[in-house]
Amino acid sequence: MSLRSALLNVSRSIEQQQPWPRIVVDADTWRQAVLGIAAGEATLAALWAERRTVHLALTEADGSLLVLSLPCPEGRFPSVGLTHAAGQRPERTIRDLYGLVAEGAPDERRWLDHGRWPVREPLGQAAKHDRSGDRYEFLRAEGPPLHQIAVGPVHAGIIEPGHFRFSANGEIVVRLEERLGYVHKGIDALLAGAELEQATRLAARVSGDSTVAYSLAFARAVEAALGVAVPQRAIWLRALMAELERLANHLGDFGAICNDAAFSLMLAHTGMLREEVLRASKAAFGHRLMMDRVVPGGVTADLADPAPIRAVLASIRARFPQLVELYDETASLQNRTVSTGWLAPDLAQRFGAGGPVGRASGRAFDARRHPGYAPYGELEFDVVTRTDGDVDARIWVRIDEITQSLRLIDQILAHLPAGTLRNPVNVSSTDRLVPQAGGLRNEPAEHCVEGIALVEGFRGDVLAWVRLDEEGRIDACHLRDPSVFQWPLLEAVIENNIVADFPLCNKSFNCSYSGHDL
Amino acid sequence: MRRLLLQGLFRRPVTEAPPVIDAEIAALTAELEAKAKRHLGRSLSIREVDAGSCNGCELEIHALNNSYYDVERFGLRFVASPRHADVLLVTGPVTANMREGLERTYAATPAPKWVVAVGDCGANCGVFKGSYAVAGAVSDIIPVDLTIPGCPPEPAALIRGLISLVEASDR
Repeated sequence: MSLRSALLNVSRSIEQQQPWPRIVVDADTWRQAVLGIAAGEATLAALWAERRTVHLALTEADGSLLVLSLPCPEGRFPSVGLTHAAGQRPERTIRDLYGLVAEGAPDERRWLDHGRWPVREPLGQAAKHDRSGDRYEFLRAEGPPLHQIAVGPVHAGIIEPGHFRFSANGEIVVRLEERLGYVHKGIDALLAGAELEQATRLAARVSGDSTVAYSLAFARAVEAALGVAVPQRAIWLRALMAELERLANHLGDFGAICNDAAFSLMLAHTGMLREEVLRASKAAFGHRLMMDRVVPGGVTADLADPAPIRAVLASIRARFPQLVELYDETASLQNRTVSTGWLAPDLAQRFGAGGPVGRASGRAFDARRHPGYAPYGELEFDVVTRTDGDVDARIWVRIDEITQSLRLIDQILAHLPAGTLRNPVNVSSTDRLVPQAGGLRNEPAEHCVEGIALVEGFRGDVLAWVRLDEEGRIDACHLRDPSVFQWPLLEAVIENNIVADFPLCNKSFNCSYSGHDL
Repeated sequence: MRRLLLQGLFRRPVTEAPPVIDAEIAALTAELEAKAKRHLGRSLSIREVDAGSCNGCELEIHALNNSYYDVERFGLRFVASPRHADVLLVTGPVTANMREGLERTYAATPAPKWVVAVGDCGANCGVFKGSYAVAGAVSDIIPVDLTIPGCPPEPAALIRGLISLVEASDR
């Protein structure tokens, strides 16, 4: 029996969450689930909280999800990170935001809270704080030849802020420690209590490069919660936008990784292709990044004319193979990427690394296939994997996914159904009962509806969980970026590489800061 | 590689000059070239600072360097250190956690310096307004000379903004 079925059997109650169940468990079941995850029986898909409750989402190989909820009236819960390292940073986040303490947690340092907010535990006690800033103790690496290199939060390039602390022995990195949280904008708090429309706009701005993926994940979660059907044409247009987004980002990343090996020729060429995809997206949907085009109930923009998209596909097909050949045949470039930044398949598996990071280390997980969602069941595409786990493998996965996206867009354009774009989202259902008076806002009301969705963005699987109250407002919502489980792995892959290879490793991961920091 | 490089030598550059949809950009870039030269001599060095953005603005600022826009041909250069910069291009609602980083970056930039707040968030915190984790719009933290709204502003809007900055700095 799978861990998931075993947990479903022992659960005390099953909440009305669509399309996958959420069960309320006690501390013992919670511990058993964590042990099961640590033993590899399931993958930790998300770990988040609301006031006095922690939630843990797990996935099995077929992509089916299960959410465990542990009420913590005492403000404590058994640590996940103690037995399963991937849980450590989410736990630190939960403590910073809600004040819920992971008992036995191996790392008790604050994570997103740098001591700069006007309050501590903003979603818990919300005790006033003087914003003086906290001292942060980095992990130690000791010995006479070691020196530290501090990088960030303001970096040299046009990128997001974060701090990297290297301990190096000459050129060799002995330890890298990340300190993130610089772009924490309090998204969980902004979402709680927001009107659906406002929440939709927020979800689209969690990570601007993945705006379609986030909008799609959020919309699917809301639609699942409210039982809203989406018109066929909208479903297909969403997939079209998602693949254009993947195409643009993978093209940019391919060039940018090569550029970090000082091979700027590649970036010059892929930069043009990327720009052409963005222009086609604008021509097709009215916005270069297609922001706010996917909303609960459908889409807000129709594809009037597929010609610009067909033109960009033809252009990429004509020019991209030459760039792949250039990459494959340039020994000086390969010298930098092959065997650099090796991610052990076992580690990718344990952390549930999604996207090209996981797939380049043999983890064949793609939310479009498992659990799968429309219209991908009707489309032919391959989930591309590699097993080498180095920078080179992560480049090749992107190259192959570009080809797959081209293939998908062809099929979508060929079979795009006609019809309406958007169904009304009935937010305040009259047949629901009147809520009881009193109770805290963050406490689940009896008449709330919940939905969860897993969507494949260009970085990996984006998870959205949402609970709507009887007015159709957001009661609670959590959006989990794939980077949450990829960032810690970057620390692992850089070990024993030279400092100069860090940009390559980092860019080959291309984790999101904003999506992680929320 | 030889083939690609030769192609590059003999092919007409993609860099915007042709009109059709991009006439506006071509005109803007020509105007910018003249102004940047007149007021700032050879070049204008830009340091981009993400003070809390969703990364959307960064993508479009990046695009300024692609071959279609290629702002470097006008002497507009993105530099790695605020010490080398004339202009800070700041994005995002300034988060509480990035406030000091932004202030220190501003302090490290030698005068004369200009600050451009980019995007709706840089202008007024956008959808993140009111959060405990947001310290304010860029102008709440450091003096701002110009705001380029948009979510995110398109490259053409960014170029247009840089022109008006050069105009303003003349006064």
